[in-house]
Amino acid sequence: MSDFESSKSGISWLFLMAWRDLRSNAGKLFLFMSSIIIGIAALVAIQSFGNNLTESIDLQSRALMGADYVIDSNQPANEEVIRIMDSLGGPDSREINFASMVVFPKSGNSKLVQVVGTEKGFPFYGEFETEPADASSSYLDRGAALVDATVMLQQDLKPGDSLKVGNITLPIAGALKAVPGRSALSSSVAPAVFIPYEQITQTGLVQRGSRVEYKYYFVADQGQDLEALYEAIDPRLDAEGADLDTHLDESRRLGRRYNNFGKFLNIVAFIALLLGCVGIGSAVHVYIRGKLRSIAVLKCMGASRSQTFKIFLIQVAGLGAVGGIIGTLAGISLQMAAPALLEEYLPVKVSVSISYPAIILGLLLGVLMSVFFALLPLLRTWYVSPLSVLRVQPENDAHTGKAQAVVLGLIFLFLVLLALQILGNWQYAFFFILGLGVSFALLYGVARILMWAVKRYFPEKLGFCVRQSMLNLFRPQNQTSVLLLSVGVGAFLISTLFFSRDILLSKVALGNDENSPNIILLDVQTDQVEAIKKTLRENQVPVLSNVPIVTMRVEEINGRAVNEIRNDTTSNIGRWVLNHEFRVTYRDSLIPSESVLSGAWVGNAEDKELVPISVAENFASDARVEVGDRVTFNVQGVMIATEIASIREVDWGRVQLNFSVLFPNGVLEDAPKFHVVSTRTVGDQSSAVLQRQLVSLYPNVSIIDLRQILSLLEGILNKIGLVIRFMALLSILTGIVVLVGAVRTSKYQRIRESVLLRTLGAKNAQLLRISFYEYAFLGILGSLTGILLSLVGSFFLARFVFEEPFVPSTEPFLILLPILTLIVVCIGLLNSRSVLNTPPLEILRSESR
Amino acid sequence: MEVSKILNVSQLRKTYNSGSGSLTVLDDISFSLEAGETFAIVGPSGSGKTTLLGLCAGLDRPDSGHIELCGVEIDTLDEDERALLRNRKVGFIFQDFQLLPTLTALENVAVPLELQGAKNASIQAKTLLNKVGLGERIHHYPSQLSGGEQQRVALARAFSNTPEILFADEPTGELDEETGQRIIELLFDLNKEAGTTLVIITHDMDLARKTQRILRLKGGKILMDEKVMV
Repeated sequence: MSDFESSKSGISWLFLMAWRDLRSNAGKLFLFMSSIIIGIAALVAIQSFGNNLTESIDLQSRALMGADYVIDSNQPANEEVIRIMDSLGGPDSREINFASMVVFPKSGNSKLVQVVGTEKGFPFYGEFETEPADASSSYLDRGAALVDATVMLQQDLKPGDSLKVGNITLPIAGALKAVPGRSALSSSVAPAVFIPYEQITQTGLVQRGSRVEYKYYFVADQGQDLEALYEAIDPRLDAEGADLDTHLDESRRLGRRYNNFGKFLNIVAFIALLLGCVGIGSAVHVYIRGKLRSIAVLKCMGASRSQTFKIFLIQVAGLGAVGGIIGTLAGISLQMAAPALLEEYLPVKVSVSISYPAIILGLLLGVLMSVFFALLPLLRTWYVSPLSVLRVQPENDAHTGKAQAVVLGLIFLFLVLLALQILGNWQYAFFFILGLGVSFALLYGVARILMWAVKRYFPEKLGFCVRQSMLNLFRPQNQTSVLLLSVGVGAFLISTLFFSRDILLSKVALGNDENSPNIILLDVQTDQVEAIKKTLRENQVPVLSNVPIVTMRVEEINGRAVNEIRNDTTSNIGRWVLNHEFRVTYRDSLIPSESVLSGAWVGNAEDKELVPISVAENFASDARVEVGDRVTFNVQGVMIATEIASIREVDWGRVQLNFSVLFPNGVLEDAPKFHVVSTRTVGDQSSAVLQRQLVSLYPNVSIIDLRQILSLLEGILNKIGLVIRFMALLSILTGIVVLVGAVRTSKYQRIRESVLLRTLGAKNAQLLRISFYEYAFLGILGSLTGILLSLVGSFFLARFVFEEPFVPSTEPFLILLPILTLIVVCIGLLNSRSVLNTPPLEILRSESR
Repeated sequence: MEVSKILNVSQLRKTYNSGSGSLTVLDDISFSLEAGETFAIVGPSGSGKTTLLGLCAGLDRPDSGHIELCGVEIDTLDEDERALLRNRKVGFIFQDFQLLPTLTALENVAVPLELQGAKNASIQAKTLLNKVGLGERIHHYPSQLSGGEQQRVALARAFSNTPEILFADEPTGELDEETGQRIIELLFDLNKEAGTTLVIITHDMDLARKTQRILRLKGGKILMDEKVMV
């Protein structure tokens, strides 16, 4: 238009208008800010804590190992291993460790411990923490022992008391509080006792068949490339049944141990953010709805579409930035609290430091989330006709439809990128968002079907209140779709949290019935079995199992010798399969922790030429073998040819003996073996008497008191569960904010109608009943649909993300469903409160403005 | 000297589609207004008054016919160009005031000037508010003002951009008789002072007779276009 100059008001006016409009609307944007703050606080807290943990593991991995690298083996170093170690300058320190019972003469009590014989020098990084402090430097010279501080406490031991390890008795130099390389988890299961290396032989506990680990610690030269060293040396050591670990492996391994926990936390953070995003969308939808008249007035005054759009965009982005800052600060505060909660069970002391990537992400997301999820409702400002000032205008569906499609595409892309950033895997990211999209579509479908069904089969004979509430579901400008979508998506995300938490927590199934053993006797020699059974019977406890164990190594896979495979650089067969000394048992049936994935289980060999064996899934995949393939085992010098008859899925998380390789009956009965015997004791006293008797009669037998382990595991899980629940609570809070927003969305429609009914003479109780039925119906249907969808989604999460079996709990159905419905109903009824307490005319006037 | 036409409407037609078919709200409407003229559009409910005002002010598009406002064929303009035209040439007064609730009286009046990029928008707005007798209440929000005060702020806003034509939709519709009377006096005083063309939509024949010309609508057609004898 040549006659007029374009509008001269610049960007500063847009900011001014955004501020003017905002200053008296702060209360109305509470939902919006809450959504951003809680979502971002959860993200920053979780990501920062995760980053801190990783950094701490990296920084302290040397101290974790106590050296730069270590060579370890389950047998004494042979000539070749010694040659390799000599070429590396020889070990700087040696260690032998094994699990064994020790006796405390003062009390006569016995205890399963990890006996560790060390030489001077270790640890080269980090240090022992002992009480008294000088005990760590003096115990080797004094020929004394350092005993785990908890054991000292439990057994009422003091420095100067003694303990009996096998054949020798040593004085206790002090209590061991912390040791490089041992987290509370492993040391709690078998607390450590450190004794001088030279005295290990005198204990008489290192015998054939004993489970002993030999370690050789090395300090690297400055600047030595440990990755290159690993590449060069490890294959040679592998061939000799030894292994090289660098502190870099330690770092990686620890990272993996907390991998699923980390995955869950990331999912929690992502769900909190998603709920935040839905909350933003709902809040801006309600907010903009109240602004449409003002926007039309501005357009009458001469503001362009772009100017009005930008005023509210600036508002939303500004609020997003402020919300991002507050959320980030709240997240940092939460991050400070996390290590204190988890300290006891983390392998390293997590130093809390500001994680700049998480903070930058939090601040950026504050703005990006707000803008992307406000775009859909903000689009309405573009299409508001100035004529709305004079009369109600229908929205231009053709225009908004195209624009909405573009915005939805942008949101999908943003979410996939966000998911990629947080979950760290593009497949998870894509499928997670796709799943969410499908859920949206299904919820929308359910809403449409509901409206159609209620209209088609309208309950004419029901009472006035029920009929009115049913009418609300499908009348023009109804909120059925919006409410079902919001409530359904909220329920979907929150119950996904519940289900994922269960997947994580049910990993360790704790047996506590009469047939579950709670005392395990390891390393029982064949000639000791009958005597031990007799001892158990005398103590009136049952022998629940007697599992024979035969050790063997793989000799050939499908006709190829392991040495040939080792030298074949193109082979992708896992090295551990070639080097591992397998502890194998034989039986005629499967146990509950096993199930056949492929092939058929054969329980008896029946003189077949090839022994039909069963291997675990991980063995099959690492050895690259399938059903029908052949593997030859070297059973202490005797070659046994086998054929893989079945591949099993094994639940390694169960507290019971599981095996990678399982033989049928009729083959290994005469092979040299040791046994694992299990029993169940009742009561602490009888258990202690039995353990003392066994350790004094059979000093080579290791006794594991599962009661202690089970209670420890429960304690650890409870603690981790506490953290998980705390993090999940953050997301649930966001979900509630979303629900409030969703129900508020329908406020305008409901109020108008309620006022009209009241004007026509409806009583308050009738109005409340109408609202109650409608919201209860939508609450139940939305929550139930969301939870059912989440059930399907969680199955896929369990299968593909956590790689764990999925056993859904009833918690979402029994707790979440009623609570969500109650929240929807309460918020819905609260919406009607202003109608009940105010004269109809007053509301009609105020609503019309 | 030839008097210039400020609004030229010819063969205007507007139809709304509804579920049961289409409804013709305006049919074959033609008239023109001279600069400085005062003009009332009257008619019963549903006669098409508000639709006609919306079309003349460029708030909506006709299905057929032409509108020339301040020398510009507005049916050829896009929405933003029409917004710009309104900002430079048109003022509005609405029945329910339509003040922006989050802005103070002063800011409400300043908005049209700020949209033009005027540097002294606040000063001009303050002068106008003084003129309508609200100099003491410039920092009040609409919710803190009475109906009459709100309409005076709306008057000040309508004249803030010194419009060539001012459209008033039932300007006293929400006010009591006494307040309404004072607002009308103020409206005509300000209009006289600024020399603005005034178009009023009203049911009130007393108010309509204060203008120079009355257009009667019925069923979307012009029933009568008469000059008022003073």
